[in-house]
Amino acid sequence: MRQRIRAAVAVAGFACAVPLALAQGSATEEIEKYRQALQDGNPADLWEMRGEGLWRTPAGPKKATLEQCDLGKGPGVVKGAYAELPRYFADAGRVMDLETRLVWCRVTLQGLSEADAKKNPYGSSNRKSDNEALVAYVTSQSRGIPMNVRLDNPQMKEAFALGEKIFYFRGGPHDFACATCHGEDGKRIRLQDLPNLTAKAGAQKGYSTWPAYRVSQGELRTFQWRLNDCFRQQRFPELEFASPASIALTTFLAYNANGAPFDAPAIKR
Amino acid sequence: MADPMKIRANLAGDTTEVKVLMSHEMETGQRKDAQGKVIPAWFIQNVTATWNGKTVLSAEWGPAIAKNPFLSFRFKGGARGDKVQVNWVDNRGDKRSDEATIA
Amino acid sequence: MDAGRRDVLKAGGGTALLTLLAAAGWLKPGEAQAAWNAAAFETHSLDATVKALGGGSAAASKDIAFVSTPDIAENGAVVPIGISSSIPKTESIAILVEKNPNMLAAVFDIPPGTEPAVTTRIKMGQSSNVYALVKADGKFHVASKEIKVTLGGCGG
Ligand code: HEC
Repeated sequence: MRQRIRAAVAVAGFACAVPLALAQGSATEEIEKYRQALQDGNPADLWEMRGEGLWRTPAGPKKATLEQCDLGKGPGVVKGAYAELPRYFADAGRVMDLETRLVWCRVTLQGLSEADAKKNPYGSSNRKSDNEALVAYVTSQSRGIPMNVRLDNPQMKEAFALGEKIFYFRGGPHDFACATCHGEDGKRIRLQDLPNLTAKAGAQKGYSTWPAYRVSQGELRTFQWRLNDCFRQQRFPELEFASPASIALTTFLAYNANGAPFDAPAIKR
Repeated sequence: MADPMKIRANLAGDTTEVKVLMSHEMETGQRKDAQGKVIPAWFIQNVTATWNGKTVLSAEWGPAIAKNPFLSFRFKGGARGDKVQVNWVDNRGDKRSDEATIA
Repeated sequence: MDAGRRDVLKAGGGTALLTLLAAAGWLKPGEAQAAWNAAAFETHSLDATVKALGGGSAAASKDIAFVSTPDIAENGAVVPIGISSSIPKTESIAILVEKNPNMLAAVFDIPPGTEPAVTTRIKMGQSSNVYALVKADGKFHVASKEIKVTLGGCGG
């Protein structure tokens, strides 16, 4: 298995500059220091601030704010809402994750078209994404609150089961599944540890530390962006933003993270 | 217009600690876009911080300051409720000025 | 500073006029647009930077410390640097990266009452010596630290 992954990973074209040859032990320690030094003053705060502004500023054809948006804990309750998402929303008649719900609120409250509300989910320097900013703000209001996603109705159970299926589904030119890279402890690509998302600790850390300011990109990235990027690594077709597949996979991974104190927006390499 | 800064100013003993995050590309002028064209330099050149109108720090920056810059420093004095103001000007003449209350 | 001022004047434009007015005392410093020492930001050696900042040479000093500055940066796009000086009458602290295209990253002026210590984050193109250059009582002092940059990240 290990052999196979190494070969496949090479084929997958991770042709990056070779990391410095460093004594592994001390290097890991120093990189930990580096990561520590970045914790205070996380630029993700800038997205959080912008997101809060977007939340409170009238916008769209209806010139309404998002302050009455119901994220599951009642209209306007943001505190702790993300720790319980995804969840089933009776008004929409389906399971929604945060981003799907934000689209819903921007359509119903602000009067945006669905296409406009879904536009530009992942920003770049000259094209800032409102989605990323709103996600940063809402998630920041669950910091420290344990993840508590409940499979308490048939729709949630169904979403979870579908998510699990996607996680283990092998395909693409390398015959990869998520589980190929994330189903075992101690795997790494170059210096990156690949979290074992099938074990409790890995599932918790892998979910509860997104969104994150990505040092390598100078952008805040959402959990959905992370999924999308792993689809790309897996050579799967693009994961459609706010699609049922994306909600299902998020439900599976969020449920597995239950109990972990939510700890984001974070900062990552 | 540039996005606001995030400024925190906290009093500990007789010293005020100021931490600032700024929203800026800090483009070096050394990078090329997908078409091979050089992306022009665009970066904050001057930063000043004042407390009660007195300058407590001023800086000249080049493009080697990281994107979305972070800055932290400490000055003597300051009282809870006082204002700390931070200003920046970039090489295109864009400016931003924000303030925080010392907590 | 002098070289920089002259450069600004040569460059012409509004900044030059303001600088001139400030220099002539027609404007209070606060009203003039702050000057930017273009010459200092185009140097390729420690000596040249010290000269562009108005000094002769810099003496090695043990009274300058790197604080919360890791030996290894996981990503050169963001390298945390903290510098603290215990040299009396510290007036300014500059950060220089030996192997960057231009060495000078930043100069911080430290007025009386402000602690001679700053923390920021810089970019490094590759592993390099980083210099902390301190001007105190008109004289320049320097300390250095090697920071390794791993290229572990390739986007994604
Ligand atoms: C080819 C190997 C590979 C495959 C297949 C793969 N990933 Fe990843 N995954 C990675 C890498 C590499 C990272 C980033 C590690 C880093 O940057 O530190 C990552 C990171 C993640 C993270 C974030 C973990 C953290 O702690 O930040 C999650 C969650 C994740 N992947 C989920 C998935 C899911 C879901 C799938 C299936 C759709 C998948 N991955 C498929 C390689 C893979």
